[in-house]
Amino acid sequence: MIEDLKKNNQLSFIKDKKIFYEASFNKEDILKLFEELKKNELFSFDQLIDMTAIDYPSREKRFELIYILLSMKKNKRIVLKTSINENDSLESIIKIFKASDWYERECYDLFGIKFNSHPDLRRIMTDYNFEGFPLRKDFPLTGHTEVRYDDVEKKVVYEPVKLTQEYRDFDYTSPWEGMPDGIDEHKDQESS
Amino acid sequence: MKEIEVNTTTINFGPQHPAAHGVLRLVVELDGEVVERAEPHIGLLHRGTEKLIEYKTYLQAVPYFDRLDYVSPMCQEHAFALATENLLKIEVPQRAKYIRVIFAEITRLLNHLLNIPAYAADIGAVTPFLWCFEEREKLLQFHEAVSGARFHAAYFRPGGVHQDMPEGMEDKLNDHFKNLPKFIDDLEELLTNNRILRQRSVDIGVISKKEAIEWGCTGPVLRSAGVAWDLRRSQPYDAYDKVDFEIPIGKKGDCFDRYLVRIEEMRQSISIIQQCLTQIKSGDISVIDNKITPPKRSEMKHSMESLIHHFKLFTEGYRVPEGQTYNAVEAPKGEFGVFLVSDGSSKPYRCKIRAPGFAHLQTLDFLSKGHLMADIAAILGSLDIVFGEIDR
Repeated sequence: MIEDLKKNNQLSFIKDKKIFYEASFNKEDILKLFEELKKNELFSFDQLIDMTAIDYPSREKRFELIYILLSMKKNKRIVLKTSINENDSLESIIKIFKASDWYERECYDLFGIKFNSHPDLRRIMTDYNFEGFPLRKDFPLTGHTEVRYDDVEKKVVYEPVKLTQEYRDFDYTSPWEGMPDGIDEHKDQESS
Repeated sequence: MKEIEVNTTTINFGPQHPAAHGVLRLVVELDGEVVERAEPHIGLLHRGTEKLIEYKTYLQAVPYFDRLDYVSPMCQEHAFALATENLLKIEVPQRAKYIRVIFAEITRLLNHLLNIPAYAADIGAVTPFLWCFEEREKLLQFHEAVSGARFHAAYFRPGGVHQDMPEGMEDKLNDHFKNLPKFIDDLEELLTNNRILRQRSVDIGVISKKEAIEWGCTGPVLRSAGVAWDLRRSQPYDAYDKVDFEIPIGKKGDCFDRYLVRIEEMRQSISIIQQCLTQIKSGDISVIDNKITPPKRSEMKHSMESLIHHFKLFTEGYRVPEGQTYNAVEAPKGEFGVFLVSDGSSKPYRCKIRAPGFAHLQTLDFLSKGHLMADIAAILGSLDIVFGEIDR
């Protein structure tokens, strides 16, 4: 199957990772590519298992989007990746995979990535009227607001976070090399 | 122009409703008593698990997995353990693999023993609840025996399992699972041919093969639609390739089929556990590398190196080589996957949790269209919804 994937010129950096294939694509090709992967008998990746994003604030293209597809006929998985800028938007794949509805809403909610032509792009996980995108690396773990029930006003009120004790974040960096082999490989990957 | 009268009522179902299986808020649009649209509002139990995991070491992340789908804790630890082991490129010893399979199957039994009576209770039967909870309690004692906790076990850890089974446990398990099939027969006698249960579940919430795949359904929901897909068979992990079991499938994909698939899965689970118990041999229960798993207490009393290892493992944790992986297990509710990204430090850079219930709940609007309001409770029950994993 990997040969067939390599013939597809929309995919690059194709790797066989034993339990799944990994490949990158250009965000402009998304609709054509997913249609092809789903309909072509050679692949028949007909189930969208998951989609998510990873935030790399230091990169030029900040977000890496991850799509995980499964082909039950071929018993194969593929992890597809693409990178986008903070202000970029992406085409929704809801017409090809119905299941992407909530996954895209989740991505929008937690990362602030916009999907064009999604019929109902609302927040899904966070509170009604929530502000900010929690899974971005610059969003603090404690959040910005906290809620409590106000006895005087007889309702739940939102207030800026006040911590009675600082969040304990220790720095354990030390010369202790946990996995010497792993660190070598880490260098390999960077160079490639 | 003729005026058309729109006669729909919109009602709010939940978030505090006993049949909503947790904190589900449903906005239901009704025409009389017929459902036109059911829109789930989720996120009321969102605890930011994925964000929290980014701030914890790999070992500290394990207990979060117990708290996702809190009725099948060990299966989720399993997915995280497999993902971490994959990045660390380690292979756990044989005995640990068998112990994991035994306890993953006990967890499956626990899950189904909660779901089946809860489903039955949703549509009018109370007795199964009492029966099954007694059986669950017996199984939870096994959980407690190995991990010290009934639910939040933190037992499957990257590198193996936390500790070996106590002495005599294998005999106890053998005795227990000899008698359990009898209980399932009794339960079936109470439910399967029950007229009320059939009237409330046959032809309710039908999903076809194609639609089930399209909507991302996995596990019993997919199998009830007639797709013989089980990750334990098609992409075996740990010791699943060494045991023999059958995959039950349904014909119609309605609520009743989902119930039947779960009943049969319990029987298969018992058979898997019995096969594991005959095959399991003594040996190590985790990798011996002290850079990943802590040294024994007794060694720490006299070895300085062990003491240092212990200290570093529980403060800094172990570093995981840079990389990305996706590992999935067949959890009782469907495919539970962990997409793990490591940047080479001792904390995960990103950990995305793929919860089966998330995809299943998405189909609710489609499944309940045209059914009666009361059928929503039946459909929800048959989808096996737990909010811990959906909201994360």
